[in-house]
Amino acid sequence: MRLPLFRQTISVNVIMLKVMLALLPALFAYIYYFGPAVVVQIVLASLTVLAAEAVMLKLRRQPVLPFLADGSALVTGWLLALSLPATAPWWLTVVACLFAIVVAKHLYGGIGNNLLNPAMVGYAVMLISFPAYMTQWLTPDSLHAAPGLGESFRLIFGSSPPLDGLTMATPLDTAKTQLKLDLTLGEIVKQPIFGLLGGKGSEMVALGYLFGGLFLWQQRIITWHIPAAMLGSLFAVSGLFWMIDADRYVSPVFHLFTGAAMLGAFFIATDPVTGATTPRGKLIFGAGIGLLVFFIRTFGGYPDGVAFAVLLLNLCVPLIDAHTQPPVFGHKNAHKKGSPD
Amino acid sequence: MRKLAKFNGGVHPPQHKSESNQQAIAGLPLPERLFVPLRQHIGNPAKPLVSVGERVLKGQIIGQPEGYVSAAIHAPTSGKVIAVGPAPVPHPSGLADLCVIIEADGQDEWFTHEPLRYREMDPSAVRNRIRDLGVVGLGGAVFPSFIKLNPGARQKTQTLIINGAECEPYITCDDRLMRERAEDILRGIEIMGYMLHPTEVLIGIEDNKPEAIAAMQAAAARVTFPVEVVAVPTVYPGGGAKQLTRVLTGKEPPAGGRSTDIGVQVFNVATAYSLHRAVHLGEPMLSRIVTVSGNVERPGNYEALIGTPVEHLLTAAGGAKADTARYIMGGPMMGIPLTSPGLPVTKAMNCVIAASEALFPSAPPAMPCIRCGRCAQACPAELQPFELYWHAKSRNFGKTQEYGIFDCIECGCCDYVCPSHIPLVDYYRFAKSEIWAREQEKTAADTARNRHEFRTFRLEREKQERAERLAQKAAGAKTAEAPAETGSDAEAEKAAKKAAIEAALERAKAKKAQVQPQNTDNLPPEKQQEIAEIEARRAKIREMAQQPPDSTGN
Repeated sequence: MRLPLFRQTISVNVIMLKVMLALLPALFAYIYYFGPAVVVQIVLASLTVLAAEAVMLKLRRQPVLPFLADGSALVTGWLLALSLPATAPWWLTVVACLFAIVVAKHLYGGIGNNLLNPAMVGYAVMLISFPAYMTQWLTPDSLHAAPGLGESFRLIFGSSPPLDGLTMATPLDTAKTQLKLDLTLGEIVKQPIFGLLGGKGSEMVALGYLFGGLFLWQQRIITWHIPAAMLGSLFAVSGLFWMIDADRYVSPVFHLFTGAAMLGAFFIATDPVTGATTPRGKLIFGAGIGLLVFFIRTFGGYPDGVAFAVLLLNLCVPLIDAHTQPPVFGHKNAHKKGSPD
Repeated sequence: MRKLAKFNGGVHPPQHKSESNQQAIAGLPLPERLFVPLRQHIGNPAKPLVSVGERVLKGQIIGQPEGYVSAAIHAPTSGKVIAVGPAPVPHPSGLADLCVIIEADGQDEWFTHEPLRYREMDPSAVRNRIRDLGVVGLGGAVFPSFIKLNPGARQKTQTLIINGAECEPYITCDDRLMRERAEDILRGIEIMGYMLHPTEVLIGIEDNKPEAIAAMQAAAARVTFPVEVVAVPTVYPGGGAKQLTRVLTGKEPPAGGRSTDIGVQVFNVATAYSLHRAVHLGEPMLSRIVTVSGNVERPGNYEALIGTPVEHLLTAAGGAKADTARYIMGGPMMGIPLTSPGLPVTKAMNCVIAASEALFPSAPPAMPCIRCGRCAQACPAELQPFELYWHAKSRNFGKTQEYGIFDCIECGCCDYVCPSHIPLVDYYRFAKSEIWAREQEKTAADTARNRHEFRTFRLEREKQERAERLAQKAAGAKTAEAPAETGSDAEAEKAAKKAAIEAALERAKAKKAQVQPQNTDNLPPEKQQEIAEIEARRAKIREMAQQPPDSTGN
C-alpha cells in the first residue's frame, strides 16, 4: 500500500480535457467567421494523431490504452488543426500530425521527454516545406461566403486549388508585404480584411483564445507567468517601435490580436513538458518568445514567428531552469550558493 | 490579532477528523502482555536494566539512557519480565528490535514516585530527572525533551511554540487532549517556560479545531504567565515544526540547523502534558493517547500503555471491519504501514488507521512526469520535486543533492497533487538511502586506504630500523672483540644475565598456563581431547608466526 493513502483525483487526462475545453470558445468563433472547414481539419488531425500515437506506443512496447487515454496526443492534434490553414489539403495536416507525434514526441521518448513542442515542430516543418500552402487562409465570412461542409471536403480532399477570393494572405502577411510597397499603415488597415483589433474575424478567434486561456489560469492548469511575460514583452517592444514610427510599425494591439500570439501565449508556450518550470524561468521564457515573435514578424522572412520563437526558446529551457532555481526553505538567509548546474 | 505569515504550498486533503473526535478519550483494559521497545526515541536505545523472571513495578525504570541523546524506558504496569530480546516493533524496516516483554500481574502496583521540586533544583539536575522519566517529544520525532529544555549559552529562546496544529487527516489525539486536559497542558508549558525563559509563548492550533482552541484559551486565561493561543489556517503540513514556526514568527529555521538558531523552540501539546505529569506528579512517560480510526467500528481516542499490542486497541475500537487490508501507524500522508496488528504502541504512535481498498483506493499506475509543476507549487520546502524525481530516477544522485533532496521533509504533498500519480516520495527515499550508502562506502574505502598506506609506511620503517640495528650490532661485535683478554669476567656476567632471562621466561610461561581459560575443566574427556588438539595447532601457528618473515625465502 502506498502512502499518502489518498491523492487528488485530477489526472493528466483531466488536464488535457480542460485544455480542449478551453479551446472551444476560439473554435466557435472560428466556425462562425470562417465556416466549418476547421472542424474537418480537427477530425482529420485527431484521427491521425491517435493512429500515430497507437502505432508508436505499440512499437515502443508501451501500454497503448492508458497512454492513448491521457489525451496529450489529441491536444497536439487540435493545436495543429487550429494553426494550419483551414483549407490546407488533407496530406498537409496528416504529415504535420505524423511529424509532431512520431518525430517530435515519440522519437524523443514520448510524453514528458520531448524537448520541443510537438505541434510547433509539425507546424514549422510544414511552413518550411510547403510555404505556398501555408499562406492560403480563408477570408472572413463577411467578405465572401465561407465554404460549407461539402465545399470544405472538396477543398481539403480534392485536388483542385481553392478558388481565388476564397482565400487570402493573413492580415499580418498583408501588412508586411504592403509595407514593403511603401504604403503607410494608415492606408493598409483601411482594407476590409482588417478589423478593430487585428484581422477581421481572426481577432474574435484571438479573443476566444484569451478567454479560454483565462479559464485555464482560473483552473490552475497554467500559471500567469508565461502568457503575461510573452504578451507583455510583445506589447512592450512593438509599442516602442510603434511610438517611433506609427506608419511603419503596426500597433501593439494589432500584434496581440493577430496571428498566433494569443494561441501561442496561452496554449503553446504553456506546454509544461517543453516550457520553463521555475517562476523566474517562466518569465524569461515567455519574454524571450514575445521578443522573438516581434522581431521575426517585423524583420524576418516569415509572416508570423510564434512557432519558431517557441521552438528556439524550448531549446533554452534546460539552461533557463538551471539558472533560475528558487531558494529552498531555510536557505534564504544563507550565503548565496551557486545555481545548481 | 497576530499577523501570521505563510509557507509555500501545502495541500488540503479531506480532514476525516469528525469520525474520531466526537468521543472522550477512553481508557483500555490492561493487556496481558506488554512489549516495550528499548528504542522509542531518537538517539541511542536504552540499555536494559532488568532480567527475565524479575518482577517490575509500574513506573520502574527498565531501560537506562545510553549516551547523551537518549531517554529512559519504564515498565508501564507491574508484572513479571518474561523476555528481554528482539521482538517486532513498528518501524519502516519491519525489523525486530530489543524489547522487554512484561506479563502484567493485574495489580498495577506503582514504583515509588514523587513530584519534582524543580524550582528548588539546579536546572541541569531537573533535565537529568526529565531524561530519567523518559519524556520525549510526542509530535512524531520522539526527540528527548530534556535536550530541548536546555536554553543554551549562546542563543536565547525568544519564542516558545507549543504545537497543537495536528495537520494530518484522521489524527485527533491532540485535539481531544486539548479539549479535555487543557489545564494540565498549560501546567506543562509553565515548566517549559521556567526552563527556557522565553519572551513569548505561542500555542498554535489549526482553525479546524474550534473546541480545542476555546478550551486552550479558557485555560490560558487562568494562568499567571503570558501565553497566547493562536488559530492558524488549516493547511497540511502546517503542523510541521518548521512550517508552524514560519507561520507564527515569520522566520525560517535555517536548513540543516535547528529552530533554536533563530531563537525558537517547539514542543508538541502532548509533550507539554507528559512533562506536567512527569514533573508535577513524578510519573514517567508510561502511556500516550492514540487515535484509532479508518475502517473500525468505533473510531476514537484511547489512552494506551506503551507496549500495548495494536490489536488490543482495535478490539477496544470495536474491531477492524472485515475488508481491512492493512494498518497504518500515523496519518494517511506520512504514516508507515504496520507489518502486523500485533506490534506494540510506542511513544511515537499517535494514530492507527485501519485501511481498506474501499476507504483508500490504490493509486492508478504511474505515468510519465509532464513537468506540470504542481508538485513545486505544493512543496512546503520550496523544492522542485519534479527535478528531484528526474535526477533520482536517472540515478543522478549528485544532482538530487544540488536540488536540495535533504531539505525534503517527505510530507507527501507532491505525491498528493501529482496528476501522473508518481510515487515521488519513494524516489526521494531511494535517492537519500543511496547517497547515505555511498557515503558509508566512501568512508570505508577511505579508512581502508589510510590503513593500507600506514601499513606500507610501518613495514618500510621497521625494515629500516632492523637494518640500522644490524649495522649497530655488527659495529658492536667488532668493538667487543677488542677487549677479549678481560673475557672471563664479561663471560660470567653474560651467563648470569642469560640465566636470569630464562628464569623470567619460565615464570611467565607458568603464569600463562595458570590463566588459561578455566571453563574447560569440567568438560567430558573427548571435549578435553579436542581442546588439546586445538591448543596444539595454535601453538604450532604461534611458532610459525614467530619465525622471521625473511626466512620464508624471498
